[in-house]
Amino acid sequence: MLTLQPCSQEDSVAKVQCFHGATDIIRGTIRAKVVTVDWTHILLYSLAATNLQGGYRMPVNMIVCCKQVPDPEVPPAVFKVVNNKMTWPAEVKPVIGQYEEFALEAALMIKDKVGGKITVLSLGNKFVRDVIKKALAVGGDELILLEDEAFEDGDSWSTANALAMAIKKIGEYDIIFCGRQSSDWDAGQTGLGIAELLQIPAVTLARKVEVTDGKAWVEQVIPDGYRSVEVTLPALITVTSELGVLRYAALKGIMAAAKKQPVIWKPADIDLEASQVGAAGRRSKLEKLFQPVKEAKCEIIEGETPAEAGVNLAVRLREAKLL
Amino acid sequence: MAEYKGVLVLGELADGKLAAITSELLGCGRRLADELQEGLFCLLIGDALGGASKEVIALGADNAYAAEHPSLKEYQADSYMQVAEQLVKEISPRAVLMGQTFMGRDLAPRLAFRLGTSLATDCLDLSVDPQTKLLVQTRPVYGSNAQAVFTSELLPQMVTVRSKAMSPSERDDSRKGEIIPFEADIDASKVRTKTLETVKEEAVGIKLEDAPVIVCGGRGLGGPEPFQTTLKELADLLHGAVGASRPPADNGWVSEALHIGLTGKIVAPDVYFAIAVSGASQHTAGCSSSKHMIAINKDPEANIFREAEFGVVGKYEEVVPALTKKLSELLAG
Repeated sequence: MLTLQPCSQEDSVAKVQCFHGATDIIRGTIRAKVVTVDWTHILLYSLAATNLQGGYRMPVNMIVCCKQVPDPEVPPAVFKVVNNKMTWPAEVKPVIGQYEEFALEAALMIKDKVGGKITVLSLGNKFVRDVIKKALAVGGDELILLEDEAFEDGDSWSTANALAMAIKKIGEYDIIFCGRQSSDWDAGQTGLGIAELLQIPAVTLARKVEVTDGKAWVEQVIPDGYRSVEVTLPALITVTSELGVLRYAALKGIMAAAKKQPVIWKPADIDLEASQVGAAGRRSKLEKLFQPVKEAKCEIIEGETPAEAGVNLAVRLREAKLL
Repeated sequence: MAEYKGVLVLGELADGKLAAITSELLGCGRRLADELQEGLFCLLIGDALGGASKEVIALGADNAYAAEHPSLKEYQADSYMQVAEQLVKEISPRAVLMGQTFMGRDLAPRLAFRLGTSLATDCLDLSVDPQTKLLVQTRPVYGSNAQAVFTSELLPQMVTVRSKAMSPSERDDSRKGEIIPFEADIDASKVRTKTLETVKEEAVGIKLEDAPVIVCGGRGLGGPEPFQTTLKELADLLHGAVGASRPPADNGWVSEALHIGLTGKIVAPDVYFAIAVSGASQHTAGCSSSKHMIAINKDPEANIFREAEFGVVGKYEEVVPALTKKLSELLAG
């Protein structure tokens, strides 16, 4: 038996509850476009509620939070602190943060398997369209940018708060994916902060995620191993590098992404004042940013051949009483 | 409004014993509490704390809060959170210190957002501003390319501390303190995650964190094989352990348990060999406290040579076997 309940005609979304048998209740919220408002002839598409091992598979509504950062793979020496701000030369290209790429891949794997929608959400200013659109090119469906000068230089609090407000505005979601930490400030707080603000459960450090029956199974990396954790959806999941690298974008995907326009939201669009976001909304104060001075003091051991250098190194290490 | 006073350390146990990070946190916490002229408290959570509560007092705590319950056997964010939140609200500490460990990374941000305060993660240095009594928090940023100093006026002041960044406190079994059982009110319906299975993937041999010598391989090794041969031979000779930077772990050449770096293990052995490791700051963040670092890399410009004390520029395939052979002769003689 399948009971359908309209939740709102304006946004063309129907809430569907599946009742399987009389007592074995499998509940889930399935989003489907209402094609006709004639309630007896509702046509639902992208509704892949097929029976899977006694349960139901259903499309999963996912939000992936991505951050645009300077390429962290460039040699460390190019980063320079000037007036308490990190600077880098123009040739250092922005990229989607490495951990957010893993998060995106986690969402794409689920979309491959059970179907679903991926909304990519990012906060910042001056987004390079080709960089952030990579998220669409690999298979993301929609791109929402919180893009404004006011969003700049936030801390974990103001960033998580703005993202949570944007997610509330998006409304419907089963899983929010974040990277385990950003590739620039490395704080590792934003994802968990969003979950707290939305009052949903969170599982960190996922290396594998699967979804069935309104639940997610996460392989969570722990010291010296992993544990498999079950969490009821909606939930937030942070992803770590062991999940695997992000797939390459196919030409078709790149072409399709080029045609799509991101949705741009300003602070007012997510019910926040400019004074509540970015630098103005911080809870922590950056007193100082500095680069510890490192003296290059490496003693290079030479030799006629690499093997001879190896022998000389052994002698030198003994001499220095290191071994 | 409650008056915020004292420093609370959220301690951790590993295999039923007090974890090393806890004595480092107590060492740091004691110093801060003394500067503030306030108390040092330690919360321990678990199903069987044994002698750990007594031990944290010997390590400097004035009060040990022992939250013991069968449901707290294993770390679960939603249950541990209830305990930590209730104790913080009850005793109103000025500062809360946790380790930048699996638990600290997972719990501290949740607790900070729940309490409406600010948090600095992965701190390398902490001090007290004598005027404001606020914590001055220094943490690495940009993959350890730089360090940032933060303050926040919100209370409690919350931080997580990198392992091995603080000196552990000296154990003094004659120290007096109070062990206070803390019976938290745990609402099982608020625990929204369930652990189905825990799998240990421990490497055989000496644990990385305990090894006096580490032979670490990087992306330049090109595959799993050299870890089991060239590097292992050198490590075995020196009674050390084999480790890896992130690319070998991500590519599955070695187990994740061998990964050393910002998002892997933090180690501080006496001698650290970095072999075909480029020296990205995300990696050196995990090994820069090593007493002596030796780099072997074919690229003379590799960043690792900025970190190392001794270096050889050359192909590891030729350098390392010759080094191992000569060392075995020297050590035998």
